[in-house]
Amino acid sequence: MNNSMIIGQYVPGNSLIHRLDPRTKILVIFFFVIVVFFANSVWSYGILTAFAVGTALATRVPLSFVAKGLKPVWFLIIFTFLLHLFVSRQGDILFTLLGFPFYEESLIQGGTLSLRFFLLILFTSLLTLTTSPIEITDAIEALLHPLKKLRFPVHELALMMSISLRFIPTLMQEAEKISKAQASRGVDFRTGSLKDRMSAIIPLLIPLFVSAFKRAEELAMAMEARGYQGGEGRTKIRALVFYRKDYFVFFFFLMIVAATIGTRM
Amino acid sequence: MRERIDFSDVTFRYQEDAPPVLKDVDFFIDKGEWVAIIGHNGSGKSTIAKLMNGLLFAESGDVSVDGSVIHTDNVWEIRKKVGMVFQNPDNQFVGTTVRDDIAFGMENHGVPREVMLEKVAEVLRDVQMESYEEHEPHRLSGGQKQRVAIAGVLAVAPDYMVLDEATAMLDPKGRQDILETVREVQEHSDLTLITITHDLREIVAADRVIVMNEGEVWFEGTPREVFAHKDALSTIGLDVPFVAKLTQEMKKHGISFDREPLNHEEMVEELWNLHSTK
Repeated sequence: MNNSMIIGQYVPGNSLIHRLDPRTKILVIFFFVIVVFFANSVWSYGILTAFAVGTALATRVPLSFVAKGLKPVWFLIIFTFLLHLFVSRQGDILFTLLGFPFYEESLIQGGTLSLRFFLLILFTSLLTLTTSPIEITDAIEALLHPLKKLRFPVHELALMMSISLRFIPTLMQEAEKISKAQASRGVDFRTGSLKDRMSAIIPLLIPLFVSAFKRAEELAMAMEARGYQGGEGRTKIRALVFYRKDYFVFFFFLMIVAATIGTRM
Repeated sequence: MRERIDFSDVTFRYQEDAPPVLKDVDFFIDKGEWVAIIGHNGSGKSTIAKLMNGLLFAESGDVSVDGSVIHTDNVWEIRKKVGMVFQNPDNQFVGTTVRDDIAFGMENHGVPREVMLEKVAEVLRDVQMESYEEHEPHRLSGGQKQRVAIAGVLAVAPDYMVLDEATAMLDPKGRQDILETVREVQEHSDLTLITITHDLREIVAADRVIVMNEGEVWFEGTPREVFAHKDALSTIGLDVPFVAKLTQEMKKHGISFDREPLNHEEMVEELWNLHSTK
C-alpha cells in the first residue's frame, strides 16, 4: 500500500491558498457561486474568469490535476453549449453552415451558460485540491455551528465525517487483503461476463461488511472507555484561526464582487 | 478509603440464561502495583477488564475503584481514573493523525487546547514516538499504533491503566517494544498497571499474577510462584514457556534451583550457580 496515500483530490502544497483558513475558502466559494449568477456583461464575466483562473494558478497545483477535476463535467459543459446552439432560436441569424442557421442570441447564451458552469466547477474544485478533508470537516463544523441552536447534530456530523476519513485507508487495505485471499481460493475478479464479475464482488463485500461492523463496535467501545459522551463540554485540539491573510483575501474578494456588480449591464 | 480496585464476589453473565462468565470473583489491586491477569480464551479475563471501567456492570457483587462502587452515575469519573488499551490496534485509533488520537481522551474531558498541545508532546516522549505527531494511522505499524493508544491513555493521567491483550495482535518485535514501553512508564510514575494476557512470558515483570480459569480465580501469587505450578498451568490451557519446561525436566533428573528462573538470563545464572557450588 502506498505510504503517501491521499484521500480524494487533495494535492499538498504551501501556496497562499493552501495556507488560508478552510472557513475562508468555503465562504469565498459560497459567495462566488452566487456572484457568478449576477454576471451578465463581457466585463463582469471577464473579471470573474480572471479571478477564478488567477486563483487556480496561485494554488500552484499542477494544471493537469486541475484538469482532472474538471474531467467528468467537460461533457456537460460542451453539451450545454451545443444544446443552446441547436435548440433555441433567438436573435438574428449570424451565419448558415451546411444549411443550418446559427443564431446570435443562442450562441451568446450557450457560451455564457457554459462559462458559468466552467467557472463554478473550476472554483469549487480548488477547495478540495488545496484543503485536506479533515480541514474541510473542521470548517464545516465551525460554519454550521449556529445550527446547533436548531438541534442540528453538527458535532456528530463532523465526527462521522472524520471517522469515515480515518477508516477509508484501513478498509481499503482490508479490501485488498480479502480480494487476495478470495483470489487465492479461486474467485475470478477479472474475466467473465459483467454478471459473473458482479457476483464475484459478493465474496469480497460480505467479509468487508462483517469486519466493518465489528470495527465499528470495537471503536465505539474504545471511544466510550476514553470518556466520549457526545459534543457537550468537549474541547478541540485542532483550532481554526483567521490570520491577516484571511482578512486580506476577504477584502480582495469583496472588491471583485463590487467590480462584478458594477460592470453589470 | 483505600486507593485500590476491589472486586468483591463479582458474578457476571452476558445473557440471562447463559452460564456465568465470572463466578464469585474476589480480588483487589493496590495502587502502584503491577498485576497481570492471565487465563486462556474464555476464562473471563477480558470481562474483568471491562468491569473495571464500567463498560460492563456486575450482575451481583461490587466492583469498586478507590472506595466507590461503579454504577451508571459515576462511570465517567471512573473512566477518567481507569484507562484502557484494547487488543486491536486499528479499532481504537479514533483520530486522523497521531496527535488527534492522543488528544481524543483529553478533548472528551474538556482539557484546554494549550494544555493538550503540551501534554501530547510529553506523552509522545514517554512512548518514544516524538517524530510521529503528524502521522496518519495507516503509516504506522501495529506496535506503533498500540504505543499511541498507551500515550492517549497516559495523556489523561489516569491512576490505573488496563492493557487488555494489548500485545496479542503484534509481531514479536512489536510485543517486545510495548512491554518495554510499559515497563519504563511504570518505573517513573506511580501508575497502577493491570495487564491482561494469555501469554506466560508477559507476566514476568509483574508484581503479582492472578490466574483465571473458567470464570474463577484459580491462583494468585508472584510470577515465580506461578511458574512453579507449571504442570497445573498446562492443564488449564496455558502455554508453558521453554525456560519453565526446562526447569521441570531438570528437576526430574534431580537438578533443582534455589529460585525458579523466569527467563533465559536467570536460567543461565542459575546454571552457573549450580556449576560453581557443585
